Amino acid sequence: MITAERKPFEEILGLLEGKEKVLVAGCDTCVAVCLTGGEKEAEILAAELSIKAKEDGRPLDVDHISAIRQCEWEYLDAIAEKVEQYPVVISMACGIGIQSMAEKFTDKLVLPAVNTNMLGMPQEHAVWYERCAACGDCVLGDTGGICPVVRCSKSLMNGPCGGSHDGKCEVTGPNKEEIDCAWQLIHDKLYAQGREDLLLRYTPPKDWSKSSSGGPRKMVKEEAKPV
Amino acid sequence: MADEQTTTTTAPAAADSPESTEPVSEEPEKPIDPDFEPEIIVFGCHYCAYAAADLAGSMRLQYPTNVRMIKLPCTGKLEIIHLLKALEAGADGVYAAGCLEGECHYLKGNLWARKRVEYTKKLLEEMGMEPERVEMFNMSSADGPLFAQRATEFTERIKRLGPSPVKRGKKAPAAKEGTPA
Repeated sequence: MITAERKPFEEILGLLEGKEKVLVAGCDTCVAVCLTGGEKEAEILAAELSIKAKEDGRPLDVDHISAIRQCEWEYLDAIAEKVEQYPVVISMACGIGIQSMAEKFTDKLVLPAVNTNMLGMPQEHAVWYERCAACGDCVLGDTGGICPVVRCSKSLMNGPCGGSHDGKCEVTGPNKEEIDCAWQLIHDKLYAQGREDLLLRYTPPKDWSKSSSGGPRKMVKEEAKPV
Repeated sequence: MADEQTTTTTAPAAADSPESTEPVSEEPEKPIDPDFEPEIIVFGCHYCAYAAADLAGSMRLQYPTNVRMIKLPCTGKLEIIHLLKALEAGADGVYAAGCLEGECHYLKGNLWARKRVEYTKKLLEEMGMEPERVEMFNMSSADGPLFAQRATEFTERIKRLGPSPVKRGKKAPAAKEGTPA
């Protein structure tokens, strides 16, 4: 799923400086599952903003609402009545939802309350790991279901590199935690599957034009377009 | 040499011992307003704190009337928003009272509650409010005297902190100076 992290409260306050009527808009799909921007979290942010305004002795009319998905027009229609009452909307959806909101409600100031960070998987409760880079050219079939694009620190197509030691990458995570070497994992998996010959095959450089390097991507399904 | 050691250590020890052994030590210099009666919300677990409060009553124990209790089936039901809503509505302090750790009727409800209280403390810090206004206590259903003690201690703590900045409506003078009139 798409995961996001809430921006620091101070940054949110900065975005809302001088604003007196604000709607906090949550999204009940991906950001709700990653416990960042669902209805629950939207209500918490609204309460925090209200408390802060009361502390500072400044007026603030703040409320919250949540859309089933902020990234689809029909679900934005469902919250339009509430949104219309507020000149400023601070959205807790991912970047897609925030942009949809801004595109739909053109006269509103739509601001982000979260930083969208990855396509991640909850490996355990409340812990997400990045699993997909949406590169547009999936190689998982040849790599034992382990993505070298996102799980190898160098996104190598022919690994491992010399920085792999005892199954760990020489790069460490943001909190200095160790990262599994993706190519070690791929190697072990392919051997276990008896497909180790794939490791000897040279993989040519990746065509990044299918990723975001080729400009914003567009997908059309002609067979599903309304007639 | 022994004399030297004692003379160097006595001064700080003497300064420390009378007050710092007290469970609450935040902002000791702040004068306490004798007229301030804090409003305190307690989210109490049905299986322990609520029964302990009942026992405290049966035992005719005195504890401050500032404390108003909301019964929960388990402190695991407590959400961050409940704590925030109480503060937003003007409560001067809020605490959760759950079972002793390891003795939750639902196994881990009180541990979840503690995590949520700790997280709420962080949120309060971000908002410029004293994190001590929110707390988590543990007790058993037989702890009538402990319930009264915790209620008394927490009320004293909030009295020392003064009214909630939400209720005061204005931040401390330092913050007021920063904002143009």
